[in-house]
Amino acid sequence: MPTNILMPALSPTMTEGNLAKWLKTEGDTVEAGDVIAEIETDKATMEVEAVDEGILGKILISEGTQNVAVNTPIAVLLGDGESANDIGEAPEAAPTAAAAEVSEESAPVAQADAEQPSGAVVENRDILYHQGIIVEPPPFDEASFTDVYTATVREALRDAMSEEMRNDETVYLMGEEVAEYQGAYKCSQGMLDEFGKDRVIDTPITEHGFAGIAVGSAMNGLKPIVEFMTWNFGMQAIDHIINSAAKTLYMAGGQLGCPIVFRGPNGAASRVAAQHSQCYASWYAHVPGLKVVAPWSAADAKGLMKAAIRDPNPVVFLENEILYGEKYDNVPSSDDFVIPLGRAKIERSGADVTIVAFSIMVGKALKAAEELAEQGIDAEVINLRTIRPLDRHTILESVKKTNRIVVAEEGWPFAGIGAEIAALIGEHAFDYMDAPLARVTGADVPMPYAANLEALALPQAEHIVKAAKKVCYQD
Amino acid sequence: MAAAKKKDSAKASNKTAPKDGAGRNAPSVDVLKKYYRDMLLIRRFEEKAGQLYGMGLIGGFCHLYIGQEAVVTGISAAQDNDKDTVVTSYRDHAHMLACDMDPKGIMAELTGREGGYSRGKGGSMHMFSKEKRFFGGHGIVGAGTAIGAGLGFAHKYTKDGGVAVAYMGDGASNQGQVAECYNMAALWDLPILFVIENNQYGMGTSVKRSSAGTLYRRGEGYGIPGEQVDGMDVFAVEAAASQALEYIRSGNGPYILEVMTYRYRGHSMSDPAKYRTKEEVASFKEERDPITSVKDMLQTQGVDEAELKEIDKEIKAIVNEAATFAQESPEPHVDELWTDILVEESA
Repeated sequence: MPTNILMPALSPTMTEGNLAKWLKTEGDTVEAGDVIAEIETDKATMEVEAVDEGILGKILISEGTQNVAVNTPIAVLLGDGESANDIGEAPEAAPTAAAAEVSEESAPVAQADAEQPSGAVVENRDILYHQGIIVEPPPFDEASFTDVYTATVREALRDAMSEEMRNDETVYLMGEEVAEYQGAYKCSQGMLDEFGKDRVIDTPITEHGFAGIAVGSAMNGLKPIVEFMTWNFGMQAIDHIINSAAKTLYMAGGQLGCPIVFRGPNGAASRVAAQHSQCYASWYAHVPGLKVVAPWSAADAKGLMKAAIRDPNPVVFLENEILYGEKYDNVPSSDDFVIPLGRAKIERSGADVTIVAFSIMVGKALKAAEELAEQGIDAEVINLRTIRPLDRHTILESVKKTNRIVVAEEGWPFAGIGAEIAALIGEHAFDYMDAPLARVTGADVPMPYAANLEALALPQAEHIVKAAKKVCYQD
Repeated sequence: MAAAKKKDSAKASNKTAPKDGAGRNAPSVDVLKKYYRDMLLIRRFEEKAGQLYGMGLIGGFCHLYIGQEAVVTGISAAQDNDKDTVVTSYRDHAHMLACDMDPKGIMAELTGREGGYSRGKGGSMHMFSKEKRFFGGHGIVGAGTAIGAGLGFAHKYTKDGGVAVAYMGDGASNQGQVAECYNMAALWDLPILFVIENNQYGMGTSVKRSSAGTLYRRGEGYGIPGEQVDGMDVFAVEAAASQALEYIRSGNGPYILEVMTYRYRGHSMSDPAKYRTKEEVASFKEERDPITSVKDMLQTQGVDEAELKEIDKEIKAIVNEAATFAQESPEPHVDELWTDILVEESA
């Protein structure tokens, strides 16, 4: 049967074009790959190549014709033993012609060849939320871990990484100064000695490159922990974190994931100014395919790090330099102390106002709560622990009780975590609220160096106290 | 360092190269037939993809490999396909075919259907097969090179004997992360073959206008040996790749092959390729075509036209079957929008 040659689409947006010129005439023999015509699109003149061999039996659209719609038959190609008399049998215009043209020579293929499942059960809490469902994260019985020891946050991180490396040979640590220097902030003290240089790996100063290498190794069966000396430097690697790590599972239809932890100190340290003081919580929490974790205490650091390493997904783990040296006497020693990602912790129970915080702001929120208590306001403090997936359930249950909320974060206000929680409250707790939500954030400026200006740029306990009193109408 | 030779002589010029490569034994008919078949499959597949694109069945960007077939065919023939891993950039259909991925699954991904390798969620530039050790399919220029170094890192870490083969274009070789990965690959002796497919144009910018020096020689500062190979000659590519892979597999660390090739089509479907002359394109198509030269060799060795036609027919059937499947496979179930974002253990 003769084959229709159709007006091709030559760009993602083309719907019609001009048939500028025929380079073959009726009766010419055409080989696959021969240029047969020139077509003008809105952007350029393009050559059209034949896909099949045959004889150009009839030209249906003459050269110089303007505005020919994509998929219009422009000529008829004759196969072996066919003549112009057969042309009437050529299939009619697209889209039916399109399918017929291709299928004429081959037997239909059974659908069973596509052995890919579809319509899987959606468990992703962020997606369910946008479908109107709020899921309570699995509960975590923290009180049952009674065997505890004293450790700083940096020791707790080291202990978590070491325990997981003992459990799983595919886990390794990579980053600048992690091995011989024992960590720029000493978070990997002693690990080189215990695990050797094949598993605790010093890199050159080359974040983009080593983040990509770690991602590739994760795709090929390993479970890397990548330390960025600070998250500010991790920005060099943001393409691999988002484009390579976060999106691969989706782009691969679920067959290839990327179990990896990116970790390091986040946010402001002290007097290190604009390029070294920035909170990335909102940046990474924006991205589907990433989990984002921000511990506060040493127990948080240990239990969340163990969970992050065991998680089959890419996890962005935001530590805080100022907290590294904080010592806590309640760090569970059990190897099973793994805090589920996506579950917040109520650090202080209260009835009058909810304060939501993460990382260093949890300590400031607890301090604020004490001051508020002295002034007769009973604050509930929620330590988010995980930014994404956000524990919306715990936040909502709290505000349904307190009817007031303050969100405290060190990052900038615009599109910050506080803004996301404000949306949550607006969408799901509007009728429970006795006052508008209040945000306590870093000042909307690059971090200044001068001591007095830096102090003004960072949110403090007193700002939380003020905001809490405001939402309680006690200011 | 037997393979550490450096020669500039293999430029893909428009002069006819010796059919069996310098000093090599004439290949057997079986080998010739395999190469002919492998390269023809790529070409016919790509032509069909171009046709389906023209019919509006494939959307977005679609980068065809026509003209470059000898590169991936030659290198794949030199690999240990039970161990080695492969990663490339966005001009990736041929690499998947060379990894023995199913043409039906590839074409159905191009049409965005359920039967595609990524169930329609990846498209032309983002396809993977863990089973066939093909790790993408990456749309960000240069990213695949770092991921390739990571594949190599895992081979070394697990001591599984595999080598990572990381393809990049001449354009990607100017990315900073490529230099970063040369450094780390050399520093850590990673088992990785960096393949620069130099088709002479990064989109519309010629290598001359974008790249200082000679691309494979950029490894020298890191102590990575490399060489230029005629990428229009599948035997030259296979020979160089075999030597390079042996060097790498012996624990010597990375190697760079700069394969001089040419794409006949534009950068993507919507590129009219006005930055090069018709004569330049024609000289490669008519005088240097990798498939025609193997076909000529087969005929010289007494394989008759009928037998070649039989192979052509066989390839055409595979490609048509893929195209039919790609059109008949349904669009992904709407629930697919929401799945595969995270590996879920429990809600």
